[in-house]
Amino acid sequence: MATVSMTVNGKVVAEVVEDRTLLVDYIREHLRLTGTHVGCDTSQCGACVVHVNGKAVKSCTMLAAAADGAEVTTIEGVANGDLHPMQKAFNDNHGLQCGFCTPGMIMSGIDMVNRYKAEGKTLDEAAIRAELEGNICRCTGYHNIVKSISQAAGEM
Amino acid sequence: MQNTTYHKASSAADAAAKLSGAEDGALLAGGQTLIPTMKQRLAAPSDLVDISGVEEMRGITVSGSTVTIGAMTTHAEVASNAELRSICPGIADLAGHIGDPAVRHRGTLGGSVANNDPAADYPAAMLALGATIKTDKREIAADDFFQGMFSTALDEGEMIVSVSFEAPAKGAYAKFPNPASRYAMCGVFVAQGAGGVRVAVTGAGDDGVFRSADMEDALSGSFSAEALDNVSVSADGMLSDIHGDAAYRANLVKVMAKRAVAAAG
Ligand SMILES: Cc1cc2nc3c(=O)[nH]c(=O)nc-3n(C[C@H](O)[C@H](O)[C@H](O)COP(=O)(O)OP(=O)(O)OC[C@H]3O[C@@H](n4cnc5c(N)ncnc54)[C@H](O)[C@@H]3O)c2cc1C
Ligand code: FES
Ligand code: FES
Repeated sequence: MATVSMTVNGKVVAEVVEDRTLLVDYIREHLRLTGTHVGCDTSQCGACVVHVNGKAVKSCTMLAAAADGAEVTTIEGVANGDLHPMQKAFNDNHGLQCGFCTPGMIMSGIDMVNRYKAEGKTLDEAAIRAELEGNICRCTGYHNIVKSISQAAGEM
Repeated sequence: MQNTTYHKASSAADAAAKLSGAEDGALLAGGQTLIPTMKQRLAAPSDLVDISGVEEMRGITVSGSTVTIGAMTTHAEVASNAELRSICPGIADLAGHIGDPAVRHRGTLGGSVANNDPAADYPAAMLALGATIKTDKREIAADDFFQGMFSTALDEGEMIVSVSFEAPAKGAYAKFPNPASRYAMCGVFVAQGAGGVRVAVTGAGDDGVFRSADMEDALSGSFSAEALDNVSVSADGMLSDIHGDAAYRANLVKVMAKRAVAAAG
């Protein structure tokens, strides 16, 4: 057991946890931020994607202890009064059905738009589909997810 | 996952000391292989020594044609480094097609090379580029480093610090990814450099990454995809599983090799 402290959605938190605690369990069970989902627990589905120091990672495949001192953003932290443009775009384009994959899709969507912008590259449909390699959706067939990310990319 | 004791290393020397002080310790790099393995209880180290904060093991330097990449450099960093891409695009492309963006943000070159998964991408690059694997104890040539699937020349507790290689005049990687996992069902890295032509194949062999002497000979005569037309790749020693049988994989080796040569230009 050790105290693991980090900044989550702008707020400093500290919890005493077992060393084996995964970041996703720290977020869901200790901080009670249950927007981050566990779909597979085998690093495949991306439902658990959060940002650690500004980069999308699978929080089921990282120890909480390894995020000690980090800046973490979860789905609860992206809206700033109004919905984030990525959230609004999923709403506008029917980018979700059951919604289970959506937090991870939105966190991955924001990450890819940020990266493409920083590198001055165009995030076209083919690029969005390739970037979504690590995010699985059992409902939508992806088409409206791609449309949502494309819309948000124009607005972010 | 079994319980474990977590340590954060501040330097390579600190990591080595913490590892040798542990009963059954393991290095934790990006964790993209080790954590899933621990969850399946296929690994249960008593201690984890996290090297993700060790700055001296991270980063890419290009000096003349010599490239050095720190073990803790992530796949995303290798894929997006402009200097590396201009001198050796093959390895940058390879890194950019490992897994998915979130895996690439955490997974590292050192972790991949140390693990030597038979379907991993980096081992093919290391072997084809004739890279030198530098550990905290010695330097090991890639030809001696990879010793069959999941097996390497690393001793117990030995740590990869960096890898280095001469950028080849021409070099490229072609991969046929498993559509579900994205690991290579076959990946071929071809390089034409000062030491001649080297062809390394991952994903297909039943004992991990290997070089193809027949293809190297053919390409030494003429570095073109057509030069491989008359090379026959035997199904002996190829992996056979639900994703593809040995004959299918043998064919993939030739197809991917031709694509890699074409891409190398
Ligand atoms: C969904 C998914 C898809 C993937 N797809 C691919 C793919 O397409 N191609 C591919 O090649 N890989 C793929 N991977 C594996 C990925 O590349 C891993 O990042 C890599 O294999 C291991 O690197 P790591 O930094 O995560 O190492 P870790 O998981 O932290 O460590 C792996 C092993 O190496 C040891 N180790 C780590 N660093 C060192 C070091 N410096 N010296 C000595 N030993 C060390 C550890 O103790 C451990 O035994 C995938 C992984 C996932 C989860
Ligand atoms: S729950 Fe983390 S990738 Fe599926
Ligand atoms: S909306 Fe149901 S899994 Fe994606």
